[in-house]
Amino acid sequence: MLKDVSFGQFYPAESFAHRLDPRLKILFLIAFITATFLAKNFYGLVLCAAVLVLAVLFSGIPVGKVVRSVKGVLFLVIFTALLNVFFYQGATVYWSWWILRITKEGLLFSAFLALRLALLVMCSSLLTYTTTPVALTDGIESLLTPLKWIRFPVHELALIMSIALRFIPILIDETERIMNAQKARGADFETGGLVKRVRAVVPVLIPLLLSAFRRAEELGDAMDARCYMGSKNRTKYKKLRFGWRDLVAFLTGAALVTGVVLLRVFVGATI
Amino acid sequence: MDAIRFEDVSFSYGSGAFAIRNLNFSVREGEFVAVLGHNGSGKSTLARLCNGLLVADDGKISVFGKSVSEKDNLFEVRKEVGIVFQNPDNQTVASIVEDDIAFGAENIGVPREEIGERISFALKAVGMEGYRNALCARLSGGQKQRVAIAGVLAVRPKVMILDESTAMLDPRGRKEVVDVVTRLNREEGMTVVLITHFMEEALRADRAIVMNKGEIVMRGTPEDIFERHEELQTYNLTLPRIGYICRKLREGGLNVADTLDEEKLAEEIASCGSLRNI
Repeated sequence: MLKDVSFGQFYPAESFAHRLDPRLKILFLIAFITATFLAKNFYGLVLCAAVLVLAVLFSGIPVGKVVRSVKGVLFLVIFTALLNVFFYQGATVYWSWWILRITKEGLLFSAFLALRLALLVMCSSLLTYTTTPVALTDGIESLLTPLKWIRFPVHELALIMSIALRFIPILIDETERIMNAQKARGADFETGGLVKRVRAVVPVLIPLLLSAFRRAEELGDAMDARCYMGSKNRTKYKKLRFGWRDLVAFLTGAALVTGVVLLRVFVGATI
Repeated sequence: MDAIRFEDVSFSYGSGAFAIRNLNFSVREGEFVAVLGHNGSGKSTLARLCNGLLVADDGKISVFGKSVSEKDNLFEVRKEVGIVFQNPDNQTVASIVEDDIAFGAENIGVPREEIGERISFALKAVGMEGYRNALCARLSGGQKQRVAIAGVLAVRPKVMILDESTAMLDPRGRKEVVDVVTRLNREEGMTVVLITHFMEEALRADRAIVMNKGEIVMRGTPEDIFERHEELQTYNLTLPRIGYICRKLREGGLNVADTLDEEKLAEEIASCGSLRNI
């Protein structure tokens, strides 16, 4: 169950997308998200999907892995889709009962929403699959540099994020270990009502929190021992540099947003 | 000059009992010292005192003549003294091997080109050249600990302290780590303080000290200390297996001298003549 949490898991490969500047990938993701929200008809969304397929092909990540990343939010996708199927107020009614009714517009709208959500999640996972946490935070740090003017601790924030990402798989393993230890002593996580299940989680959370604090303390010591003093006088091993690949990705992102806007203007909003 | 020097150092964690009491000891530059002791003997506290992670209540600690208790010296001291800790997962800052090794070098402001060279040097020193872009999470325990050593090496310290760095490893991982440190000591002249409760590991050291309840109770070469095995047992430390084998062989009638070196033991046994006579 916990192994499905794939967010933040870097997938090592040598590909076009892996070599892109992380700043550009973040901007590309923002452009992609903007495009999916600007799209008001299926043509726009299909264009987004086409760009995503292209991005996946250039990322060297197995297609199945990208598709599976939706699994984590599958419940959310189905839930919102179902709500819209039954409650959307459309004109062409296929079936109705009490306050529930299925309309043509409702079906289309649910499909549209589900597709949009799936695209968003897949593109975000593509970013974390092709970018190491360090590169990602370097990118964020660099993009947020203007905030240093108002004394915002950009470097510290970026470091916190990269450490958090690094510890996700470790804490997942730990949670599983604790749950197995509790199960071996007769704890029951699978049956009972909501209240009982939530209560069963408490004995897992407490040791998990304790161990997280202990880890944090040890990591702090290790960082101190390796001369960490904050961002002052610190150098960076990996310098971010824009290259021709980044130009290609930038143009693709820009073309996508323009395309979606044009489709919206000329085809009109059908959803 | 002494690399590390403790003069009448005491430290307590505030609960009243001393973790370290009136400690006097020094480590010469280029020396390999093993610190032995069972849990709670104060040996890990010792490591943290050496580079100012903990501050002594009493006494004086100096690293290459610089007092550790002065806040202004801390940065310089930490550049000279690197520590490898017990849990490999809790001392890795980055997910990728080379990013993690770079961390220390970045902190002390090494220029970018040189960081690349330092990473190559450090990876070669720990025998992990092929893992530069690997994910730390995918490595074995011994490999992770060798990356941690490489991370310390990238700062180019003169002293390396291993604070029970082998405690969580399997026998193979332990051997990997101790082999790397031994080579660093012999070939690069690195001063090494190896804190451990595995007695076999102390054999590689020039000198060993045994701690109990925050005090140094035995000092000498590893061989000297292992000779006094009855005394060791009172501090909850047991003889390495090879020393134990020597004693058992003698009890069984094979006339071998006490040794802790495998080759030497093999020669001793061979020189006893045909084993069938026993």
